[in-house]
Amino acid sequence: MAEPVIEIKGLGKSFKSKNGPVVALRDINLTVEKGDIFGIIGMSGAGKSTLVRCINLLERPTEGAVIFDGQDMCRLSSAELNRARRSMGMIFQQFNLLMQRSAEANVRFPMEISGVPHAKAKRRARELLELVGLGERAHYYPSQLSGGQKQRVAIARALSTEPKVLLCDEATSALDPSTTASILNLLRDINRRLGVTVVIITHEMSVIEQICNRVAIISESRIAECGTVEEVFSNPRTDAARRLVLPEGRRAGHIKADRLYRIVFNGSSSLNPVIADMILECKAPVNIIHADMRDMDGKAFGQMVVQLPEDQEICARMLGFMEARGLAMWEIPPGSCIDCDPEDYDYEQERGRHA
Amino acid sequence: MPDFLAGLCDPDTLQMLAEGTLDTLYMTLASTFFAYVFGMIMAVVLVVCRADGIRPCPGLYKVLDVVVNLTRSFPFLILMIAVIPLTRFLVGTTIGNNATVVPLVIAAAPFVARLIESSLLEVDHGIVEAAQSMGASTFQIIFRVLIPEALPSLINGSAIASTTILGYSAMSGAVGGGGLGKLAIMYGYNRYQTDIMFATCVLLILIVQILQEIGNRLSRRCDKRLV
Repeated sequence: MAEPVIEIKGLGKSFKSKNGPVVALRDINLTVEKGDIFGIIGMSGAGKSTLVRCINLLERPTEGAVIFDGQDMCRLSSAELNRARRSMGMIFQQFNLLMQRSAEANVRFPMEISGVPHAKAKRRARELLELVGLGERAHYYPSQLSGGQKQRVAIARALSTEPKVLLCDEATSALDPSTTASILNLLRDINRRLGVTVVIITHEMSVIEQICNRVAIISESRIAECGTVEEVFSNPRTDAARRLVLPEGRRAGHIKADRLYRIVFNGSSSLNPVIADMILECKAPVNIIHADMRDMDGKAFGQMVVQLPEDQEICARMLGFMEARGLAMWEIPPGSCIDCDPEDYDYEQERGRHA
Repeated sequence: MPDFLAGLCDPDTLQMLAEGTLDTLYMTLASTFFAYVFGMIMAVVLVVCRADGIRPCPGLYKVLDVVVNLTRSFPFLILMIAVIPLTRFLVGTTIGNNATVVPLVIAAAPFVARLIESSLLEVDHGIVEAAQSMGASTFQIIFRVLIPEALPSLINGSAIASTTILGYSAMSGAVGGGGLGKLAIMYGYNRYQTDIMFATCVLLILIVQILQEIGNRLSRRCDKRLV
């Protein structure tokens, strides 16, 4: 059993406003285990940023507890809290580098405030900049660096006090897709090589797909769902999860057609061209009505809706072909909504039907 | 040289103008220095204690805010006369350069506090939060984040402050202060000596230009956002 690093118990946070208190989080229970890359995803305004800021008490929770490394963060004195925060690095969407300090001096900063001798801090800063691939840019100022480079400096800075946990608050949201991928790879690398537990807040499903092993979906101030990424992606149980896993804009709506089958890819098959194989094997075409696939670590996740040929025999062969590859094909009753509108599609019902 | 400036060639006059300039610089720089000492303290308290500051303390903030506004609402000439007893207590006299520094500091410190406050507030709150997330104490945030990050803006502010204080110091010539302001009033106003009036104006303009230029250059040079 892995050991928990962060335990969030019954956490609630409300803000005062002119129109009375606004609840940002209610009854949040989460456990982040050592070595996790834990994703917290939600639509904007769901409270995910508030949640991560409650972990290191940038926001003070109004109820519940945050247990980090065995101590309740909310009960610490301000000096103890500062010490605990040194074991938690944090990176931000806007990087938040000190603009008047060079990259190296930025990385030295947390060590300066925790009293590390200058020479040692300088050495470690150089090492960390090497680690994030910016060894050559130690003397550059943030204004001379690109967004991705700034985030790398911020990561090096967050790691300088050898934290147990790295909190990432929308760390890639201000970056373009390829820079995002390189930053995510760096985070995964850090997680693997240095054993730093990573907590990632994001609104992008792709970020979760690429590096997280566990995910919590936060919706309307609550945790809607929490589990391994595979569980949540292959079988989203709540509306909020389905909205994220099956994004909008892909509604096929009601299709009046017969012989529609749904194939769910739950990560058990690799990205082999199964459908193409099936067509070649059975020598009959299928009509692909809808497909929503993701590649996660080389495994296929998602679903596809196909219309099989009229010929009963070929149909049966195709069903057999897929079954042999561990992929169930579920018939969709004619006239029913084939996916794709997470709002009114009842997964449980379908599962029940096919159980 | 135009006729009306011929009188300026007199060595005594020149020496008088030179001394006036030095006196003015002395009063300006000394007052600016002390105004910054007090203004910095007030500004830091204002920034730290405001509702969204790093150590919110609404009571203290409100009190200081009112005090600063109160002092700022005194016209300088009236303030100078009003603080004469304090000046006499601190300096022992109410005339001369040193005596002028007292009211100048009292008048300028709240103004300086506002300038510094606005510079410190320019520092991105995210950077302050990042420092908090690293476990920085309030003092570390003030001295290692807020002030260094705001430095270019603070230097710009100090050019504004010193030129404003220069203007105040000239006003003090009316009630016992020295420097170019005294010369302008004694010779230019009371004796209709246009040449001296003209010379003091030119000197004041030059000093302001130089102070402002030094401020601009220093600020630009130390701002790492511009490299």
